[in-house]
Amino acid sequence: MLGIFGPRAEPAAGALIALGGLPRLRWVWGAAGFASLLIAAAVGALVGPVHIGLGTVFAALLSHVPWLGSSVSGVDPGQATILWSLRFPRVVLGALVGGMLATAGAAYQGVFRNPLADPYLLGAAAGANLGATLAIAFAPGGSFIGVNLVPLAAFAGAGAAVAGAFALGRTVTGLRTATGLILAGVAVAAFFNAIQTYVQQSQTNSLRQVYSWILGRLVTAGWDGVLLVLPYVALSLVVIYVHRRLLDALSVGEDEVVTLGVSVRRVRLIVVIAATLGTAAVVAVAGTIAFVGIIVPHTIRLLAGRSYRVVVPLSMLFGAAFIVLADTAARTVVSPGELPIGVITAFVGAPFFIAVMRSTRVAAL
Amino acid sequence: MSDVLLAGVSVSYGTKPVLRGLDLDVRSGEWLSLIGPNGAGKTTVLRAIARLARFEGDIRIGGRALAGMGTRDVARRVAMLLQEPQMPAGMTVSQYVLLGRSPHLGYLGKESGKDRRIVADILRRLALDEFASRSLDQLSGGERQRVAIARALAQRAPVLLIDEPTTSLDMGRQQAVLELIDELRAEQELTVIAAMHELTLAGQYSDRLALLVQGALVAVGPPDEILTESAISDHYRANVRIVDMNGSGHAVVPVRK
Repeated sequence: MLGIFGPRAEPAAGALIALGGLPRLRWVWGAAGFASLLIAAAVGALVGPVHIGLGTVFAALLSHVPWLGSSVSGVDPGQATILWSLRFPRVVLGALVGGMLATAGAAYQGVFRNPLADPYLLGAAAGANLGATLAIAFAPGGSFIGVNLVPLAAFAGAGAAVAGAFALGRTVTGLRTATGLILAGVAVAAFFNAIQTYVQQSQTNSLRQVYSWILGRLVTAGWDGVLLVLPYVALSLVVIYVHRRLLDALSVGEDEVVTLGVSVRRVRLIVVIAATLGTAAVVAVAGTIAFVGIIVPHTIRLLAGRSYRVVVPLSMLFGAAFIVLADTAARTVVSPGELPIGVITAFVGAPFFIAVMRSTRVAAL
Repeated sequence: MSDVLLAGVSVSYGTKPVLRGLDLDVRSGEWLSLIGPNGAGKTTVLRAIARLARFEGDIRIGGRALAGMGTRDVARRVAMLLQEPQMPAGMTVSQYVLLGRSPHLGYLGKESGKDRRIVADILRRLALDEFASRSLDQLSGGERQRVAIARALAQRAPVLLIDEPTTSLDMGRQQAVLELIDELRAEQELTVIAAMHELTLAGQYSDRLALLVQGALVAVGPPDEILTESAISDHYRANVRIVDMNGSGHAVVPVRK
């Protein structure tokens, strides 16, 4: 079948033909991503009400390395506890949350071919908010098999909302078009928001707690929060990462990509499920942190390139660094109090994003 | 082996029938052009063969029923040049043309050196190698059309469907594009099915014309048989003269009443 091109047209085997203009992740950008994550992690571990030096941070890290740990000495047990039970888990959690939200945002923008798509497009935020509000209002301090009920309820709410949007989109438009699914998501989100607002207003004693949850903050539950989200985030990131080429292919439009032999429906379903699973998990422990899923991928597109081969891996790294830094700011600016992290991401992120847009070609968006 | 057979093919959009029981037999290596007034269903025929439109009836490519094939299988046999291909801003020419290799990759597969060689070869063949790193949004209309053809060729499918290949091109570029397609057809034994608006050009480049009116096939045959003054005045409601071009086909010339 494929022999229709005569041998004449076949380039000589082994002939060196350079094909320019193919997108690839330049090592400078990859290195910059890793460096910014390392710096952010160091800042996150160093900054706090108790002063801890860089040497102590390294020593505390090394002391947990098998075979090597016993040879490290001289770490103050109090400082070691602060690092290991407070700052390190928070840095790791921030990295997971930020990397996940930025990557999920990039993935949603790809499968829906919509620059305004964010991880909450199909109602994940509205569902999580409703779940968390119900748990805070009606079962304060409740737990389920030893785990705080709020993240569980938020996770369930986010999953229910997106599943509802899919079911609705399927019955109405048969999932043939992305628009049908997006509109279904809008309808489900509006419905969930209505119930959430009603519950929130009628249970005034929990209003402040609900509001603070909605604006997003990293829970300081030690390593429990990390372990809770890690499997979902890891799975979700791997699935999105291996779809980079297909996300690029989708950018040519729904008809054309079908003529290229790509099943749009299958790609969209798999990527949306993966991105939603990861998003639901991080929303459960961090609330609905706005803006990261839009600002990080778009900044990367403007500066490093539009191909998902570039956008997906860099979103993981820069998204992680961004939230670790934003969280450090959130817990230091009004110390000993804490600002909702969403306030920081929008307050710092919006002007930065505008500056990037002004200095690059916005048409490239 | 790349002949295309349509038997009793019907397509409806909602409750509106667009194609009604179409029978058509396109021989391997032939150029068949679909002509007919606006709304006749020309594009829909192409969309059905590319399986972009749901159809009833039977479509076979090289003897194999389209209905039983997977999406990738279809794309390995049929490449389609859409009337206005979407070219994402910021994507480079080589990246776009490389997408044409998608049908030959696994679901999560990656392009190999061979795929890149095939693309480099096609770019050189279409004199696009200088444009490889150029962004799609920096191309002119004629260049975009050539890039779209390159992407379709990268699929190395034996059947090439073309929807109005000359729309929005000036006369010289129309000729250049059609000459190029005809050359490639001869060289690579492609079966070409094209929806054509411009009747003179359709007559000059096609082996046969199929005249569609309101979703039904009215006539199919060599251009001199199909392009008659009476047929065009009946079906297009146009006043024309058919001028013999002395061996270079016939020109369809509009005449003012």
